[in-house]
Amino acid sequence: MKLKRSTVNNLIAYGIVIVAFVICQSMISAGAMSRSLRGQLVPICVYIVMAVSLNLTVGISGELSLGHAGFMSVGAFSGIVAATWMESAFAMENDVVRLLLAMVVGGVFAGIAGVIIGVPVLRLRGDYLAIVTLAFGEIIRNVLNCVYISVDAGRVYFAFNSPQLPGKLVINGPAGATGVSRISTFVIGFVLILFTLFVVLNLINSRSGRAIMACRDSRIAAESVGINITKYRMMAFVTSAVLAGMAGALYGLNYSTVTAAKFDFNTSILVLVFVVLGGIGNIWGSIIAATLLTVLPELLRGFSDYRMLVYAVVLILVMLVTNSPMMRAFFARVLPHKRGEEGKGGEAA
Amino acid sequence: MTLFLSYLINGISLGSIYAIIALGYTMVYGIARMLNFAHGDVIMVGAYICFCATQYLGLPAVVGVLVAMVACTALGVTIERLAYRPLRQAASLAVLITAIGMSYLLQNLALLIWGPNPKSFASVVSIGSISLFDGALLISGETIVTVLANIVIMVALTQFTGRTKMGKAMRAVSEDRGAAELMGINVNHTIALTFAIGSALAAIAGALLCSSYPTLQPTTGSMPGIKAFTAAVFGGIGSIPGAMIGGVLLGVIEILGRAYVSTELGDAFVFAVLIVVLLVKPTGLLGKKVSEKV
Repeated sequence: MKLKRSTVNNLIAYGIVIVAFVICQSMISAGAMSRSLRGQLVPICVYIVMAVSLNLTVGISGELSLGHAGFMSVGAFSGIVAATWMESAFAMENDVVRLLLAMVVGGVFAGIAGVIIGVPVLRLRGDYLAIVTLAFGEIIRNVLNCVYISVDAGRVYFAFNSPQLPGKLVINGPAGATGVSRISTFVIGFVLILFTLFVVLNLINSRSGRAIMACRDSRIAAESVGINITKYRMMAFVTSAVLAGMAGALYGLNYSTVTAAKFDFNTSILVLVFVVLGGIGNIWGSIIAATLLTVLPELLRGFSDYRMLVYAVVLILVMLVTNSPMMRAFFARVLPHKRGEEGKGGEAA
Repeated sequence: MTLFLSYLINGISLGSIYAIIALGYTMVYGIARMLNFAHGDVIMVGAYICFCATQYLGLPAVVGVLVAMVACTALGVTIERLAYRPLRQAASLAVLITAIGMSYLLQNLALLIWGPNPKSFASVVSIGSISLFDGALLISGETIVTVLANIVIMVALTQFTGRTKMGKAMRAVSEDRGAAELMGINVNHTIALTFAIGSALAAIAGALLCSSYPTLQPTTGSMPGIKAFTAAVFGGIGSIPGAMIGGVLLGVIEILGRAYVSTELGDAFVFAVLIVVLLVKPTGLLGKKVSEKV
């Protein structure tokens, strides 16, 4: 039986992730992993999913989104409320089921937010699109700062700008979600990564994925062969939002306290750094960059002051090296084997 | 009524600062077709330099502002030369990401140099406040200077772009870069000049911003920067009077929203304005409609 090349590549992709997971698990059971690194495992999973989903928007769909953390926060808060509600309404003791359902709820709410935001945002292009996604990210953060949600005897109460609610406050305005039961586990995080990869890789290699990339490469050409631009851009945007929401739910349920301030512009940029550094449009790169850049600061403690500074420099240098014509010519001279690729790139452009 | 008036005056004062920042955005966007994300952080650097000049070197406030202007001009031109010029032909995504990187670089450099603790900025304005209606309405000296500075800068810039040769070159480049080049205009110099003017204005805005809101920290500039971009879009990107009208309106909307609706949601209002403007009238209040060429 002969498999398609993309199928083989995808199988290799899943294989590597599974191997990495098995190595981590055996290191944990052997006690070879330090405490701080173990604490980083869930955030690594979250950031991998965030980076892969943002790559779907930035790399595959070609739209710079600066509000990805907004979807993460929607997912986190709705996931936390869902998990608390399930505990109170059905006395559900099974943490794994609760976490999985909370992630689904987080994904659904983030997806709804994605649709609401996507309708106006996707009418715009380029810089305007970027700045409006940033605006939406900030609006989400501001609004979540005013939201009070409580759960009492299986009922969810909601209030805006006033904490007078019956029962136990789950979301407490600017103080965020407090007293969250920490039910996130590395295994579920790993499952979420596999799910994300499954969704994103299948989408890219499908008819819809090719349509999305066609819209990115030439809007006019895609439109003229009958591709519904809005539909496919929306598809990429909302898928990305849903995945970010699921990652957000996982993230929110990993800490006992979560505030909306955690999901600010800086978090969006951090995820963007993962995507850019891993290579825009390259799903693999995103995974590796997200893992390394989450682990590295833990390993190099003394380096933490310079971390964001180095990120900034790297962001600029990567852009200059990959996009400046002068640099490209320089690399073509220094690395003769790149010359052919340069020629191909030139033709494509 | 006097309460409303005092909110209105606060709004105009804040809006004037936004307007001065927005001028930098609108000129750069009009000419280089790029969103200079780092502009907000140039404001912060300007405020820090002004702070150091007056606080540590003991220079008078006016000299401090001048020093900040010179330093910011140099900074703006350097940023343009090192980071933006090599990407002149690149896709807008690449330029935008570079600009975001530059913004982060400036913030983190400031964090390393001046530390994370907020500095309390001494006002550069020495005029006393005016009280009206038997002291019921107080207009601070900062407000007066800010509004006056805004008007002076706008008139001067309109004259500069309308009358001088360099100003005409700037307009030509923003109209059609290729044609301007064929007419013998040095596009690189013109863009560098735009960055220089924008950054000098950013230094003034930084000093005025921190005179009214005296906490100075490395993230001081980023939010006003983004809001000022909103103001520039609101007024019509590329238009100098538009930046002023957009800035003042946005400042008033923000302060009134904070006062009468919700303190928490002040920023959300500003961004909601941006979204509505972009959807209803993408060219802004005074912008020209540009049809897309295929």
